[in-house]
Amino acid sequence: MAKSKAQPARIDSSKIDGKRFLRFYRQMLKIRLFEEQVNQLYLSAKMPGLAHLYIGQEAVAVGVCEALRPDDYITSTHRGHGHCLAKGASVERMFAELLGKVDGYCRGKGGSMHIADQERGNLGANAIVGGSTGIATGAAMSAKMRGSDQVAVCFFGEGALGQGLLYECMNTASLWKLPVIYLCENNLYNEYTHYSETTAGEIQARPEAFGIPTESIDGQDVELVYRTARRLVERARKGEGPSFFICHTYRFHGHHVGDIDRSYYRAKKEEEQWKGGRDPLKLLAVKLKHLKVADEKLLSEMEKETRREIEKGVEFALNAPYPDTSEVDQHVYA
Amino acid sequence: MKAPAQQSTAVREITFGQAINEALAEEMRRDPKVFILGEDVAEAGTPFKVLSGLVKEFGKERVVDSPISEAAITGLCVGAAMTGMRPVVDIMFGDFVTLTMDQMVNQAAKIHYMSGGKLKVPMVMRTTLGATRRSAAQHSQSLHAWFSHIPGLKVAMPSTPYDAKGLLKTAIRDDNPVIFFEDKMMYQLKGQVPEGEYTIPFGLADIKRAGSDITIVATSSMVQVSLAAAETLEGLGISAEIVDVRTTVPLDKKTLIESARKTSRAIVVDEGYERYGVTAEIASVIAEGAFYYLDAPVKRIAAMDVPVPFSPVLEDQTVPTPQSVVEMAKTLCGKV
Repeated sequence: MAKSKAQPARIDSSKIDGKRFLRFYRQMLKIRLFEEQVNQLYLSAKMPGLAHLYIGQEAVAVGVCEALRPDDYITSTHRGHGHCLAKGASVERMFAELLGKVDGYCRGKGGSMHIADQERGNLGANAIVGGSTGIATGAAMSAKMRGSDQVAVCFFGEGALGQGLLYECMNTASLWKLPVIYLCENNLYNEYTHYSETTAGEIQARPEAFGIPTESIDGQDVELVYRTARRLVERARKGEGPSFFICHTYRFHGHHVGDIDRSYYRAKKEEEQWKGGRDPLKLLAVKLKHLKVADEKLLSEMEKETRREIEKGVEFALNAPYPDTSEVDQHVYA
Repeated sequence: MKAPAQQSTAVREITFGQAINEALAEEMRRDPKVFILGEDVAEAGTPFKVLSGLVKEFGKERVVDSPISEAAITGLCVGAAMTGMRPVVDIMFGDFVTLTMDQMVNQAAKIHYMSGGKLKVPMVMRTTLGATRRSAAQHSQSLHAWFSHIPGLKVAMPSTPYDAKGLLKTAIRDDNPVIFFEDKMMYQLKGQVPEGEYTIPFGLADIKRAGSDITIVATSSMVQVSLAAAETLEGLGISAEIVDVRTTVPLDKKTLIESARKTSRAIVVDEGYERYGVTAEIASVIAEGAFYYLDAPVKRIAAMDVPVPFSPVLEDQTVPTPQSVVEMAKTLCGKV
């Protein structure tokens, strides 16, 4: 078990090809531009309700989901757009859902915090903090019972460390060696409160108390996230049981769109430091150039393409119809 | 009316607990996706011994003993149900459902709707209700109204061994989360039950005894209490019709209203708390649906609004009894 915050104990050093690196970039860029557009939709009053932006944490969702098969499961959180996109969701249907349109992933019934995409193994985002730990663990139990080798990844923020359900689930998953990865994205803030004010002791000591192997790494480095995830997925698939994976990251924006005045809970300087030197997209761009996988021209082409995809997606969603009002009492029961 | 038994064979007398056990065994034989998860469900067969012998036939992989973690085991069942299994979670005492409420109310109940109809949660939560076991305030409550309040959940409340088997089989085959309440005081109740396959549809009330002077609508063991009251009332010249709702969700409003229209008087008997409870809902359904036919206000008899006390002399006062039903019926029928 890794004790260090810096590096996993046994790094998977196998080669990652250039195509994979470019995919990392494309996927992270898609999430970044998607979320920027979500903020615009909020600012222009075109989106009902709120949204919780994933900007700054893109390397976590992408690094993990790239290590999964399409039929592997994920459960997501209120800050879940990144997880959905990384697992393969379409931009058009995501935007449509955010706008409450019938072409959205949930026919407009779920919205930003409840996007589910069953065909890609996404069992849904959850607006109860830590609320999906049971579902992810149950999906892992089901995979084991059905004799499939599917793996479940349970995404949650460090705020979920305060929820008892997580510990009940970890205990059970460890006892029964369930193929589940508890993916803790420590973005430092439980809503508007620094996690150090809510979290006693060492985070790692908690899963380790249940005998669950734990990794704690830099979540801004997509390559490291991917390599670590690939190894944890592999051991889960082989029946070696659950693991706990902490990715240290940062939420660039507020808790939700419109959380603009953040000075009472964190310093502008801290935000600038992360955005300047710890931006996962910028870090990856530097790496791609260094590895000669991409040059500035290719990166800017990718950005143009992705922007077009996002614009097309918003356009689609803005023009999509709302559900018929008669749908209000449909789907209460299956 | 009683649904016709489908393909059933010999009928014999077994207990309510045996009927539950039989329904589970039959469904587990029929469908490999069905499994049981709960505390002390395997070798122990639960404290009520309702699951005795199932682990022998189906093994520990399908009759799974869990940690004492009601929230987690319920959540696991939600996740397993969403991904191709049909779990039956055992929550030993109905009082412990409080620990499962987020999983049932925010997750299981809403997942189908929130996903626009894509995801399904075909799971059953079996749990108990009922006081007078001298078990005090945290092992005696009847909390079915909580679940009946939540869109997306179904709630079954069998009153006889026959209904227990038929309704549980229906619950397991339902594609929605179903909470199945068993009165722990009824496990030894005997009744006629067909040996083989039959199911009872949800949302179909059953007239357990026909009558003409007053309608008594009841749930779970309160049907037995009402049937006992009807015997006494018959001696007093009052003909009581006993209507068993069998499922509070979906609720067979039509049968309740038709019965009340026929008899012109109605009492609702349920062991949940009276305040904001199942009796209030059903009384309202009858009052609205049969208003112009009623000769008296619809009355309710439910659990007293106090935590269930331990001392027998106190506890016995808190629940509906045949005597309290008889007294209310006499009053409504002007026979005091």
